[in-house]
Amino acid sequence: MAAADIPAPTERLVKAQALVRKRWLKSRYGLVAPAIVIVGVFGILPLMIMVIYSFLKAGDYGGVQWIGSVEAYVSFLFQRDIFDGTLSFSSDYLEIYIRSILLAVMTTVFCLALGFPTAYFMATRPLSQRTAWVFLITIPFWSNLLVRTLAVMLIIRDEGVVNDVLRWFGLIDKPIIMLYTDFAVMLGLLYSFLPFMVLPIYASLEKMDFRLVEAGFDLYATRGRVLRRIIIPLAKPGIVAGCLLVFIPAIGAYVTPLILGGGKHLMIGALIALQFGSSRNWPLGSAQALILMAGVLVALLFYVRSSTGKAQTLHG
Amino acid sequence: MAEQTLTAGTDLPAITRSRGNRPRKALDLKYQPGFGTVAVCCLVMLYAPILVLAIFSFTAGDSITRWGGFGIRWYVTAIQNEGFHHAALTTLKITITATIVSTLVATAAALATTRTRRWPGQTAAFMVINLPLMVPEIITAVASLSFFALLASVLHINFGLGNLILVHTVFCIPFAYLPIKARLEDMDLTLEQAAADLYATPWMAFRRVTLPLLMPGISAGAALAFIVSFDDFTITQLVAGPGQTTLPLFIWDHTRLPLTPEINAMSTILLGVSIVFVTLSFVIARRRRK
Repeated sequence: MAAADIPAPTERLVKAQALVRKRWLKSRYGLVAPAIVIVGVFGILPLMIMVIYSFLKAGDYGGVQWIGSVEAYVSFLFQRDIFDGTLSFSSDYLEIYIRSILLAVMTTVFCLALGFPTAYFMATRPLSQRTAWVFLITIPFWSNLLVRTLAVMLIIRDEGVVNDVLRWFGLIDKPIIMLYTDFAVMLGLLYSFLPFMVLPIYASLEKMDFRLVEAGFDLYATRGRVLRRIIIPLAKPGIVAGCLLVFIPAIGAYVTPLILGGGKHLMIGALIALQFGSSRNWPLGSAQALILMAGVLVALLFYVRSSTGKAQTLHG
Repeated sequence: MAEQTLTAGTDLPAITRSRGNRPRKALDLKYQPGFGTVAVCCLVMLYAPILVLAIFSFTAGDSITRWGGFGIRWYVTAIQNEGFHHAALTTLKITITATIVSTLVATAAALATTRTRRWPGQTAAFMVINLPLMVPEIITAVASLSFFALLASVLHINFGLGNLILVHTVFCIPFAYLPIKARLEDMDLTLEQAAADLYATPWMAFRRVTLPLLMPGISAGAALAFIVSFDDFTITQLVAGPGQTTLPLFIWDHTRLPLTPEINAMSTILLGVSIVFVTLSFVIARRRRK
């Protein structure tokens, strides 16, 4: 079969091929269109409308007035005096943002500290036990977040199980107040998002070739060194994915601070919801949501860069 | 893949094995001190609160933290609660519609984006479909709220319960799409080509070959879409109009009344539904690997 045996494509053949390709493309677009239209109209269009809203003036009773304004972004950092309209620096919103970022970072760190050993332990079990472990971690992953948060609330209440047990042992005589504190929010976030850390790290460790660990030991590495120099670098894609899966929902968390923070300790999520609820300042809420979205995009970009960087070191 | 990892550590010479065929810790390559303890602690931490919640749903007393004997009276109270009925019905209307629509469009989208030569716009399509996964829930919630408020005020369109159904469908699509896509990627095209050789029309090949093979992926995707929609609180709470109370919203409203074990009973029912669907999706996904 030499190339010379194949006749040169005639004009008719080229036309036919173009027609086949066109129909093929049409079928692709036809199949993907319903999903794109639904997500586009009811998922992306609302985000665009929010961008427009953030540059409008707030209506007196909620909603917006169709007058252009950057007031929403200005009031993020400054407070306008009601009487003379002068601007003065105000850190109220900024503090809530910094609090949320700190809480989200701490949640991510604690999730990693607990999640990595768990994922490693799971990945080193025999196959049959591994399935059971994955199943046990998967159930909380998909269970109702509101119900799980309520469960935490019920046990850390003043008259909850934790305080009852401590009192029963005579360790305390007055209940320790845990609910509606930063500790409660932190614990709730950790509890909510721990499975999001374990599963991606497990997925990357399960695929790991343990002969590399064996090689490390052959070269007289200690256990700690093998962990630092071989296992953790190999698990890095899973670790980065896990951190992202914890950080993004944690920074925008709404349910956890609502139930465990008791409205006193606001986080970004509650702040945004507040602008659309009782504060009736939709442009400000939209602007705050967009600032949060920008933060998330930065985190995603960091993820994309770190994962492509990984691929380069592997192949190059 | 799994067997390969196993042989690396467990098929060690007999010297590394002590009593009961368990590898001695000091000679076990995979052992890291303290990791097992952390893992067990994590499991306890994840399950203790929901177990306490479930246990106290079976109390016969009035306190949610003091045990008052075994009884199912709070389940009876919950099931007889009119509001709970109404919320269950609303939830099912939204969840079932959103699950069916999202699974259908996700299946079509997965067929178009998998096992194919690249086509212009494929990456963009993939990103659009998965966008709902990237956006924090609270942002989706307020964006949808703004959108429907605008529709209502400018165009005088209000879909009623349809608003919630549409929003749920949007965030269910990626959850249905990903398992279906994963399943399709595991299937090669040889069987479809064989069908074509036997003069099957493209439709027949799809109906008789592709679809039956793809069914486990579709079921797993549908189960996930169902859970995600059934459990949603944040988005539903902000978008829901008056009278559109779903089960999570109903439970939330109840937490502001004096707490009784009825809330434990209702929460346990919700957890039970989630667990059934996770198990279904898990079992279906496991079976496909064998």
